[in-house]
Amino acid sequence: MLRYILKRLLIMILTLWIIITLTFVLMTSIPGSPFTSDQTSNETVQQNLEKHYNLDKPKYMQYLLYLKSIVTLDFGPSIKQPNQTVNDLLGRGFPISFELGIVTVIVAVISGITLGVLAALRHNGIIDYLAMGIAVLGISIPNFILATLLIQKLAVDWEIFPVATWASPMHMVLPVLALATGPMAIIARLTRSTMLEVLTQDYIKMARAKGLAPWKIIIKHALRNALMPVITIMGTLLAGILTGTFVIEQIFAIPGMGKYFVESINHRDYPVIMGTTVFYSAFLIIMLFLVDIAYGFVDPRIKVTKKEGE
Amino acid sequence: MKSNQHPHHIAAKEQIHDDWFRWREKDKSEQEQVSRPSLSYWKDAWRRLRKNKLAMLGLVFLIVLIIMAIFGPILSPYEVNKGVLSDQYQAPSSEHWFGTDSHGRDVFTRTWYGARISLFVGFMAALIDVTIGIVWGGISGYKGGRTDNIMMRIIEILYGLPYLLVVILLLVVLGPSLSTIIVALTVTGWVGMARIVRGQVMQIKNYEYVLASKSFGTKTSRIIRRNLLPNTMGPIIVQMTLTVPSAIFAEAFLSFIGLGIQAPYASWGVMANDSLGAILSGNWWTLFFPAFFISFTMFAFNVLGDGLQDALDPKLRK
Repeated sequence: MLRYILKRLLIMILTLWIIITLTFVLMTSIPGSPFTSDQTSNETVQQNLEKHYNLDKPKYMQYLLYLKSIVTLDFGPSIKQPNQTVNDLLGRGFPISFELGIVTVIVAVISGITLGVLAALRHNGIIDYLAMGIAVLGISIPNFILATLLIQKLAVDWEIFPVATWASPMHMVLPVLALATGPMAIIARLTRSTMLEVLTQDYIKMARAKGLAPWKIIIKHALRNALMPVITIMGTLLAGILTGTFVIEQIFAIPGMGKYFVESINHRDYPVIMGTTVFYSAFLIIMLFLVDIAYGFVDPRIKVTKKEGE
Repeated sequence: MKSNQHPHHIAAKEQIHDDWFRWREKDKSEQEQVSRPSLSYWKDAWRRLRKNKLAMLGLVFLIVLIIMAIFGPILSPYEVNKGVLSDQYQAPSSEHWFGTDSHGRDVFTRTWYGARISLFVGFMAALIDVTIGIVWGGISGYKGGRTDNIMMRIIEILYGLPYLLVVILLLVVLGPSLSTIIVALTVTGWVGMARIVRGQVMQIKNYEYVLASKSFGTKTSRIIRRNLLPNTMGPIIVQMTLTVPSAIFAEAFLSFIGLGIQAPYASWGVMANDSLGAILSGNWWTLFFPAFFISFTMFAFNVLGDGLQDALDPKLRK
């Protein structure tokens, strides 16, 4: 187990380093300096600015300084808003994005599993078709389109929920709904298919023969095993939800990290782009790592130390 | 359960008479007839796919979409990017079937142009993914050992990269364009395909017919081409039907946040983004048509993929 964790940790660090380097290479390979667009700055001002941001140093020095700044978790100031550091932006935006993400994950997992189990228990019944209908719709409709439809219907036409911003639990309903539907659909389909498979197993028949209460069989015996695949795809789902927050935060005008990220791209604010990219990637990769480890612990059949090979 | 049923007992005293039995008439033609015509793998898969109504609905929709993407803009008398401002926000009518948008452009024409772009991005991304995936996964799975180990580590690292971030970074640097989107989508996209091919190849290479082929002295490249790849086609095709819609979604998503195809050109994402303000003022059709076609295309590929998955799985053959 320990060996496995160490191996995963090594791969994680390697992946992070590749992302950091890739970001650096891509950002510095863009022709021109980020200050050239400023018409007011003259030659000396520009040189001073470049000195301030270490842009006058040779590339490898810039790279080392950049690595150092990441290790010390100091992403430096924003170029377009010099009185703000990237850390300020992250500190302000991340808690909001995190809140949105966590609520979405919880909603998606709970509703997805419930839907999947109900569908499996009533296989080929009305509930099954209904649940799978919802799931297919959820997979087919992109979140940004769902978001605009929700705003149009629930916020503008019927005025049930506020249109935008992030102030109260009521403000959370629409963005979470828009973001959670896709992952919910995927979880529901997966839970249903594994649940159907598990329910035909002998040990379920055995439990039934013993006269256990049906709900006990479902929760203790069937669901536990049916949830394994759900845990495996949690990593990918998390990644999807996180990137989904970019566009959802734009649509609902939520001041989270996604909003700063898209803004920084539009303004070509390189330190902010680099900072948010590295931060996002690190967050995601650490989450993937945790999911992997958790999987090793949860599934007793898998000895993670064994040689991999499907 | 059969064992639960009581067998019919014959009372011990009763005699067994010959006239209880009679010879079944032998009919040569019946005897020789095979219950079902022998079908090749692909014919059988097609036969089973045809029975899946939802998958067929998806297939028919996609065929119609492809035809309309090719001929739709030619059939329409309007130009994609040229609008008549006085015709702004016309509701769907016999003149403009899907209405017009904020610039007075015909939504019908733009929808099929959008279909061209979406389908092109989707199929190109899938094609490149398949090509790299087959080569990488095939070599990795067939060679095994150290080669496999190194190749899989590389895949593991790439797999950890959050793909949309890579895509966005590349788009920022290379500038938004169709080819950038395709490159960006395939940089990390082929990994899933390579994993599937590798898994299949590793399984199949131990089968007897591969051993037989080897013992005849067949060249490795020929074994891979003739024995391994044809038998991995099923999962590859299924994976492709999942790659295409996710690429289409990614293009729409990127265009929607302003990183994809740029404004005057029509793509479904651009059209949806353009009409965000319009729906609030009641011009629903500007959003409805691109939104409908994105969603229905994704739906069609998903149900077709599901159907193919069942149809191409020889274990589910009845």
